[in-house]
Amino acid sequence: MTQPFDVQKIRKDFPNLSVKIHGQPLVYLDNAATTMKPQSVIDATIHHYSAETSNIHRGVHYLSEKATAEYEKTREKIRVFLNASKSSEIIFTKGTTDAINLVMHSYGRAFLQKGDEVIISAMEHHSNIVPWQILKEEIGIVLKVIPINDAGEFSVANFEKLVTFKTKFVSLVYISNSLGTINPIPEIIKIAHRENIPVLVDAAQTINHLPVDVQKLDCDFLAFSAHKLYGPSGVGVLYGKADLLNKMPPYQGGGDMIASVTFEKTTYNVLPYKFEAGTPNIAGVIAFAAAIDYVNSIGFENIMRHEQELLDYGTKILNNITGLRMIGTAKHKTAILSFVLPNIHAHDLGTLIDEDGIAIRTGHHCTQPVMKHFGVPATSRASLAFYNTKEELDLLAAAIQKAIKVFTKNL
Amino acid sequence: MSENSRAELYQQVILEHHHKPRNFSELKDATHDAEGYNPLCGDHLHIYLHVDDKDVIDNVSFNGDGCAISRASASMMTVALKGKSVPEAKALFEEFHQLVLGHLKPETTPNHLGKLAIFSGIWQYPSRVKCASLCWHTMKGALEKTKTVSTE
Repeated sequence: MTQPFDVQKIRKDFPNLSVKIHGQPLVYLDNAATTMKPQSVIDATIHHYSAETSNIHRGVHYLSEKATAEYEKTREKIRVFLNASKSSEIIFTKGTTDAINLVMHSYGRAFLQKGDEVIISAMEHHSNIVPWQILKEEIGIVLKVIPINDAGEFSVANFEKLVTFKTKFVSLVYISNSLGTINPIPEIIKIAHRENIPVLVDAAQTINHLPVDVQKLDCDFLAFSAHKLYGPSGVGVLYGKADLLNKMPPYQGGGDMIASVTFEKTTYNVLPYKFEAGTPNIAGVIAFAAAIDYVNSIGFENIMRHEQELLDYGTKILNNITGLRMIGTAKHKTAILSFVLPNIHAHDLGTLIDEDGIAIRTGHHCTQPVMKHFGVPATSRASLAFYNTKEELDLLAAAIQKAIKVFTKNL
Repeated sequence: MSENSRAELYQQVILEHHHKPRNFSELKDATHDAEGYNPLCGDHLHIYLHVDDKDVIDNVSFNGDGCAISRASASMMTVALKGKSVPEAKALFEEFHQLVLGHLKPETTPNHLGKLAIFSGIWQYPSRVKCASLCWHTMKGALEKTKTVSTE
C-alpha cells in the first residue's frame, strides 16, 4: 500500500542523508551515480551476515536452505516488479555493465557474424559502447550510431534510417545518465521487432524513475543495477526472454551453472542458473528485496510527481544563473540537471561546492561522445531522487553563485 | 592551506594564472613536446619545450583545456622551468611530485619549489592531485620523448 508522500518523513528512512560534510548538512545530488539506502536495506544486509550467513543452492542444512529461499524470493520480487512472465528470466549479475557484457559475450558471440550491424545511440554510457567495440574487433560486426540533436534527443526516424537487412541487434539506453533524456524506446522496439531484431534496453537510469513492464515494453533484454534503485552495490539484473536465454550459451563456467560435470562433457543447468556461475553477492541480492519493497511502498506515482516538481524547479532556478548553460534539454526528461558554466570548469565547481556539503557529479559521466557532441570537456550534474527537496536545490544554486564569486573576484 | 577552506585552494595566485596563463601558446620550434590527458576531468594539455645545445630549457609553453588547477599549474610550471637545465627540471618534477602527494612539506624540507609551494595543500583533495600534476608528467614525458601521457 502506498502512503501519502511526505519527503521529510522519507528522508528519515535514509540514515546517510543526515550526515554532515565539512560541518554542513549533506545535500546529496549524485543519485545517478548511486542512490542512498533505506534503513530496511541496511538492516537486511546486517541480518543476513549476523544470523543467516550461508551459501546458496548447495547445502541441505537449515541456513543454506534459508539463504537460498531468501535469494529466490528476491528473484520473484523482481519478476513482479518488472512484470516478467517467469522468474527464470531474471538473472542476477554484478550490475548493468556485467549484464550488457553477458549479452555481448553470450548472444553476440553465438549469433552475430562479421558484417552484422548493431545499432546503439550517441548518448550511450561507455558500458553500452565498449562491449560492442570489443565484439567489433573480435568478429567484425558493424557498429551504427543514432545521432542526437542539440536538445540531447534522438528520433525514431533517425533510428529507422539506420535499420537495414543487416541489422541484427539493437542496444539502447532508455534514460541518458548525462542528459536525463527519456528515449522513445517503446516505439523503437516495435520497429525493430517488425524486422525481427532483438533489442537490449539499458535501464540503469530508468529503473528508479519510471515503472518498467517488460511484457508491455516487449524488450528482449533489459539491464539494471540494484544500487541505483536504493539497493546494495555489486548486484544487477539481466532480464531476458526465456526463448532467447535458452538458446544462448553460458557466459561464465563454474559452479552452480552446471547440471553435471565429467571430464568428457558438462551439461549446463537450466535458466536462470546457467548464467549464474560462482557464488554471487548473496547478502546484496537478499537485501535488494527490501529496496524493492521500499520503492513499492512509496509508489511510482508519488516518485514521478515529486521528481517532476524537482526537475521543473531545479531547471528554473539554475536557468536564472547568468551564463549557465543546461546540457540536455529534451522534451521528455527525468530529474537530471547537467550544466556548464562559462568560466568555471566542472571539476573546480565540484570541489568548491563540496565545501558546502553539496555532492554533485562532475566530469564526462562515462559518456565522452555526448561531451564531444556538445563541445564541452565535462559537465556538472545534479541528479535527483524522491528524497531530495526544493530547499536542497536552493542550496545548490546559492553554492554555485558563491563559486562564481570566488572565480570572478579581482578579475 | 587550512583543512576546510575550498576557496583557499583557489588562492589568488592560482586564479590569476588560470585567468591569465603565462606562455600559453604553441612553440613552433619545440625540440620536445607531448600531450597529456586526464580522462577523469577531460583535461588536455600540450607541453612544448625548446632545449638548447647546453641541455638548458630556454623556452617552454603550453596550450589546451582544463580546470583552473591544471591550467594554473601548467602556467606556473612554464615560468619555473624557463632557464633550468634538463636535470634540474627532472629534479623539480620529483620535488613537485612529492609536494602534491603531501610527502614534501615545503616549510620544513629544503627545496627548489619557490612559488610552486602554493600547491602544498592539494594532497587533501586526492581527485585533484592529478589536475596539478598532469602538466609535470607531460613535461617529463616530452623530455623522455613519450608522445602521449595519461594520468590513468
